[in-house]
Amino acid sequence: MFLDLFYGLRNEGVPISIQEWQMFMTALEKNLHRSDLLGFYNLAKSCLIKSETYFDAFDRVFAHIFRGVEMELSPSDELLEWLNDPKNFEGLTEEQREALEHLDADELMRQFLERLEEQDERHDGGGKWIGTGGHSPFGHGGEHPTGIRVGGSSRNRSAMKVAEDRRFRDYRTDLTLDLRNTKLALKRLRHLTRMGPDDELDIDGTVDETCKNAGEIDLVYRPEKRNNVRLVLFMDVGGTMDPYYEPVSRLLTALHEERGLRDFKAYYFHNCVYDRVGTTADMYIKDAIPTGDILRRLDERWKVLFVGDAAMHPSELMNARGNINPRYTSDTRGVDWLLRIHEHFDRSAWLNPDPPSDWQYTQTTRVIQSIFPMFALSLDGIQDAVTALVGGRPSTPVGQTRH
Amino acid sequence: MAKTRTDTEEGNDFYQFQGTDGYIVSRPLIEAVNCSIALERPLLIKGEPGTGKTLLARHVAEGLGMPMESWHIKSTSKATEGLYVYDTLQRLNDARFGDGDVGDIRSYIKLGPLGRVFATETRHVLLIDEIDKADLEFPNDILRELDEMRFTVMETDDEIIAKERPVVIITSNNEKELPDAFLRRCVFHFIEFPEPELMKEIVDVHHPNLDTTLLDQVLVKFYWLRGQPELRKKPSTSELVDWIAALLRSGIDQSQLESHIPFLGSLLKNEQDTAAVQDYEERGGALPSSWSELGPKYNQ
Repeated sequence: MFLDLFYGLRNEGVPISIQEWQMFMTALEKNLHRSDLLGFYNLAKSCLIKSETYFDAFDRVFAHIFRGVEMELSPSDELLEWLNDPKNFEGLTEEQREALEHLDADELMRQFLERLEEQDERHDGGGKWIGTGGHSPFGHGGEHPTGIRVGGSSRNRSAMKVAEDRRFRDYRTDLTLDLRNTKLALKRLRHLTRMGPDDELDIDGTVDETCKNAGEIDLVYRPEKRNNVRLVLFMDVGGTMDPYYEPVSRLLTALHEERGLRDFKAYYFHNCVYDRVGTTADMYIKDAIPTGDILRRLDERWKVLFVGDAAMHPSELMNARGNINPRYTSDTRGVDWLLRIHEHFDRSAWLNPDPPSDWQYTQTTRVIQSIFPMFALSLDGIQDAVTALVGGRPSTPVGQTRH
Repeated sequence: MAKTRTDTEEGNDFYQFQGTDGYIVSRPLIEAVNCSIALERPLLIKGEPGTGKTLLARHVAEGLGMPMESWHIKSTSKATEGLYVYDTLQRLNDARFGDGDVGDIRSYIKLGPLGRVFATETRHVLLIDEIDKADLEFPNDILRELDEMRFTVMETDDEIIAKERPVVIITSNNEKELPDAFLRRCVFHFIEFPEPELMKEIVDVHHPNLDTTLLDQVLVKFYWLRGQPELRKKPSTSELVDWIAALLRSGIDQSQLESHIPFLGSLLKNEQDTAAVQDYEERGGALPSSWSELGPKYNQ
């Protein structure tokens, strides 16, 4: 059963190694779980799980594996059966069996429940496992020495209740996207390199050199550390993106507040990029600039990030004069612009707010996926996209995506 | 005041830390603290800002009756600074001007927080605060020292071995991912945001004898605010405590709270959030005044 927990967690993608497992076993040997299921739950969680993002997975696995355990703690059908027919129960001595003859089932049941209750009270003091399942009803907060202030309602919750509640669902990285998380994910865009003139005093170097010079001061200078990442963002502000206003605006805020970037530019488009892109999200035509200009001005070292649902009518992407707004149509197909952008820049990635499971059903999404590496607009997705932009070369070829 | 209990039946003294009068702990947190003490592993604490991560160390020290040493990590912190600093510049200076005993390197070795905790005779609580502020490699650099509780001063070849293994508490604000090797050695606890019942106890510590109907009003508004998904920065416990202080000073009673949230500035620290809530109030948006209006989660 315990190993089920270990492998169950590993199967859920929780990074857990023998080392953590041994720590947990040592803790169990020291009886740190205080022989009750909630204690066991808390202990397993503190020893095995090292990030709140895996709490939800832990809760799910724990609930799955130990569900049966808690069922055993209330007098089950099996137990009632035994109580009604004690003679057939094998674990009894002759004397006990005889003694049982004198009790009727109801009386026995009453006694049993009483004992169960008694035992529970001792239990909180650090008692024993009852039966096979191991259980302790909780709610004996008064058991603790005076002055302890174990807080709140949680002490009355059983481990199963806690586990099944799955209160940590919100911390799953594949789901949430708040501003701070987003910023954290984007922080990886920082790629510090020493460059430029030698204008920073290298104190360690100076001390070393001075010591080598037998005390004659020898100043050493070095270039300053700078972030060398330039990012250009193309963002879809079309109608189909409206439902994603919140996560997208958080991403945008996080990008604007990311001071570490050497340079950042944002352009806006409607469904697909054509001859012109907007410099503001309002897409006023007077603010639009030719896409070709961007390609001329920005060199291949700029990292390109698209944000869009990639879902549109196939003709908008594949046909000449495909722009949904007929006033601004042109002869170059949308898909050609996308290919040009992809070829011009060294690294690019596409963030798609639609759930990855839906991508395969949209024809245009599949086409765009074959051009840009596409990631979900989730924490994991942003992290992967950032890795695709600045990390080591992607091991999966362009066009393949993770789900 | 140490609250130690020896469990005679099991013959262990696992339950060492039981909380103190000034700090309310949940049962999982108590268990995590005691687990880390019993296993002699560092305790890594994460949680929303304002949930009392740093305070915990001080109260563990108080609860166990141990002195505390803190090491506040900055972005420029280096692992070796926690162990010791060899003040070469001072020595160089002394050598040039003939001050001090230049011949004795030891007088230029200054122990850092970790070094001091190792060198002392009494068992300490060591707080390593906001470890995620430092460089990505920082946690790995102190791994061996925390594991073996010893280090060597390179310049003098002196080995400093911990006489009493300190209780190590590490806090992180999640600004950086911590290395796996480091995480594997820690006992981990995530301080959840307190539920209303626990929150009442916490508020009671800071503002004793608060009128219960007022407290309910305050908490309903507070949890409602926290429940708004659009908020950029959710108010936390420390902001709640400040807010109540502001309410008490101004002598506001609960009837004034029913349809309006005064002193919004002490709860929300982002001007867009404040504007959004004010805008909502001006449009005549309804504010909840009882727990039942907050949905099933709060109906007990």
